Amino acid sequence: MEEQKDMVLEVENLNVKFVMEEETVEAVNNISLHIKKGETLGLVGETGAGKTTTALSIMRLVDSPPGVLECDKLEVCGQDVMGMSITELEHIRGGLVSMIFQDPMTSLNPVFTVGQQIAESLERHEHLNKNDAWKKAEDMLELVGIPRERAIEYPHQFSGGMKQRVIIAIALACSPQLLIADEPTTALDVTIQAQILQLMRELKQKKDTSMIMITHDLGIVAETCDRVAVMYAGKIIEEGNLEEVFNHTLHPYTEGLFNSLPNIKNRRSKLEPIRGLMPDPTNLPRGCAFAPRCNYATDACRERRPELVSFGGTHKAACLAYENPDFHIERGKKNG
Amino acid sequence: MHRYIIKRLLLMIPVIIGVSFLVFFIMDLAPGDAVDILAPEGATAEDLEAIRHDLGLDQPVIVRYVKYMGGMLHGDMGVSYVSKTDVFDTYMEKLPATIKLSFASILVSILLSVPLGIYSATRQGTVQDNISMIVAMIGLSMPNFWLGLLLIIVFSLNLGWFPSGGDQTLSSIVLPAITIGTGLMATLTRTTRSSMLDVLKQEYLRTARAKGIPEKIVITSHALRNALIPIITIIGTQLAGVLGGSVLTETVFAWPGVGRLIVDSLNMRDTPLVTGSIIMTTILLSIILLLVDLLYAVVDPRIKAQYVAKRGKKKHG
Amino acid sequence: MAKTVEANVPRKARSQMGEVWHQFRRNKGAMVGSAIVLIIVFVALFADVFLDYDTQVVGQNVAERLQWPSARHWFGTDELGRDIFFRVLYGTRFSCSVGLVAVTIGLVIGVTLGAIAGFYGGTLEEVIMRSTDILGAVPNMLMAIVIVSVLGQSIWNLMLAVGITSVPQFVRITRAAVLTVRNQEYVEASKAIGLSNRRIIFKHILPNCLSPIIVQATLRVASAIISASSLSFLGLGVPAPSPEWGALLSGGRKYIRDYSYMTLFPGLAIMITVLALNMMGDGLRDSLDPKLKK
Repeated sequence: MEEQKDMVLEVENLNVKFVMEEETVEAVNNISLHIKKGETLGLVGETGAGKTTTALSIMRLVDSPPGVLECDKLEVCGQDVMGMSITELEHIRGGLVSMIFQDPMTSLNPVFTVGQQIAESLERHEHLNKNDAWKKAEDMLELVGIPRERAIEYPHQFSGGMKQRVIIAIALACSPQLLIADEPTTALDVTIQAQILQLMRELKQKKDTSMIMITHDLGIVAETCDRVAVMYAGKIIEEGNLEEVFNHTLHPYTEGLFNSLPNIKNRRSKLEPIRGLMPDPTNLPRGCAFAPRCNYATDACRERRPELVSFGGTHKAACLAYENPDFHIERGKKNG
Repeated sequence: MHRYIIKRLLLMIPVIIGVSFLVFFIMDLAPGDAVDILAPEGATAEDLEAIRHDLGLDQPVIVRYVKYMGGMLHGDMGVSYVSKTDVFDTYMEKLPATIKLSFASILVSILLSVPLGIYSATRQGTVQDNISMIVAMIGLSMPNFWLGLLLIIVFSLNLGWFPSGGDQTLSSIVLPAITIGTGLMATLTRTTRSSMLDVLKQEYLRTARAKGIPEKIVITSHALRNALIPIITIIGTQLAGVLGGSVLTETVFAWPGVGRLIVDSLNMRDTPLVTGSIIMTTILLSIILLLVDLLYAVVDPRIKAQYVAKRGKKKHG
Repeated sequence: MAKTVEANVPRKARSQMGEVWHQFRRNKGAMVGSAIVLIIVFVALFADVFLDYDTQVVGQNVAERLQWPSARHWFGTDELGRDIFFRVLYGTRFSCSVGLVAVTIGLVIGVTLGAIAGFYGGTLEEVIMRSTDILGAVPNMLMAIVIVSVLGQSIWNLMLAVGITSVPQFVRITRAAVLTVRNQEYVEASKAIGLSNRRIIFKHILPNCLSPIIVQATLRVASAIISASSLSFLGLGVPAPSPEWGALLSGGRKYIRDYSYMTLFPGLAIMITVLALNMMGDGLRDSLDPKLKK
């Protein structure tokens, strides 16, 4: 009961399909997510793994048609999002949950001043009048490190990093319970990336916001997240806290992700990229979606789809290889 | 910005000279001249020659043209052969009616097309989308004068709701404005639709939705403002087109405007009036197209920034 | 997998024209439009096989004047007792040939000038484009009215007037298309092997600029039919008693109060023809212009 109250996000068995004339894309398959108050979950995976679709589903922003969303449970702060009317949804979007998008260059409306764009959601959700909303918008700009005088400027007058700050200001303006950050730094220069991450961490702490950090960068996960969920072909294939996933990696795909990282300490170590490409989401293999690229794959892997099973603590993984009690991955052996 | 406006105004000069030259010379090719129409019945050859001399028509065309352009420089566009009134004054007398009708027609066109275009764009590929586009295209495919006649048959002759012609009461404008507006609809609807389709793909709309902005406002404010530039361009060119070319509708509805003035004076071979009216119309159109360009800057802050940047660069360089 | 393979492989194997045809065929509006255009062309070509011009089209029959539509006279009769259905059918000949010839005039002049401007550039281009601006600055309808009233009322002058007013657009479109093609490598290559300029323009550049020109021409036939009927309506087009559609409307206007059917049918004929051409032109544009594909 106690725990129930603490839950900011509960998702059970989320499925998202895009039904098109000629084909159906199975973008998200049976995903369950739980986030407690103040917690940050890292959602990791390659491009096309279904991370963004998952994020958009939480706000029910997936375009429909062609998107079809199915779910046993989708609750934000105990409120049933699946059963909401459009008006109710508009109420939680930007209020309870808000989102930071990947590309700051295209995420701001070019014909409105940044002040207007921040004030707009304040007027809507906090029912402020025009003047108060504008003042608070200027406050928000200052909070993200932009002089308040610049509220009257248009997006094209800002650099990429500055734009992303504006977007963060928009997202945090109404003090959401859950912030979804979809690759917030991917489009930015490395130096700016660090600044933005630092800013997000500070603000998150100040406002005690829960967060989903969507990224393909394990470094960002290590810096910002409490827990990690690794996605592959629309499924979560490994999940646990930072320590469990980073130091006791279970899934061969997660291992592959780590091996793809350059190692500065040992420059002679060879990069081991994961061979092959993600399967076509219109046409997923019968068995484990990763099997065609997996070094440990057995015949069973090609026949059956693995379920996410617990490995003690909060650590879960979906891999059939562990049906053999002696199985362990290379990295696991190394790290002990 | 001023520099830009001045440059555009200067560029109009050669076009105006060219148009006046073209019109002047085509008129000269015509068999028969104003003299035949003006001469009293039973006039002798000497009488005709005298009238011709009075009008200056016995001089070679090039001399007349140079004289004419000389007059233009002083703002004198000549005198009508037929009514002996000043060409500029005559044109200006007819212009308000044409302007009134043009704006009313554009208003009709906007009121019909922009909502229809937005509606189609948000339902791209559906039956409603296809039907809207066919409706718009039917508007384009009807000859204006025919639609005008049909409207007169139904709303004037049978129902008696609106007058069938002239410009006496406020309601006189309704039928001609609908006639022209419907003809403009197809292009404007299509432009609105395709411009909206471009904008609807943009990520900033997702940002707006994620802020909890209701879909209606996302479409009518966030999206439409970004889609406006092509829409304004078309509205501008249409306005220019209507101002210069609603001859047919003006004829059908006996609308006392510039179009009818030109047709009537053509029938009278009233060269100064035809030439002057066409030159004035051309100038008017060029100014409207310039205004449309300037409007962009109001709609899109990025374009305004470009003008300012250009000027800044010139200052420094 | 099998399904995607099926859908993909033949598409790759299709030629460019095949691909265009495939796109075009999927567009229902365009197919309906083309079918109607074909029927209209058929009627225009064989109108004199079905109808005797002297007795059925222009022959007067005062005994049956001003009859409302009936089984005997589908579209009714006019003030001289002529069957309006026959006149509309025969009018297809006039309206379509005016539209077609006018656009051909505009096309030949416009495309030649546009290609020269685009290919040679420099002063020549400047002169052509500025002249085009001047011609284009005068509203089309006004220009056409001026030309016809100066040259005199005849079907040839009507075609010429409508044709000349469509020149500017053909010049601009062709020039724009040539400019994009001009600097491509195969053109450079033809220059390098010493082909004459005329040969390069007609053999290598223009064929690659055809799409926008074809689309423009189709849509222009539609608007030329409207322009021509407008001029006839003003009494500046085909002289009586030829059954051109605009002239029929002009004749019906006098009887609009009591015999409105005389106004209805010729206009309907124009509308259907123009609508069909527009739908066909639109379909052509969508299938020829890959940029517009979704």
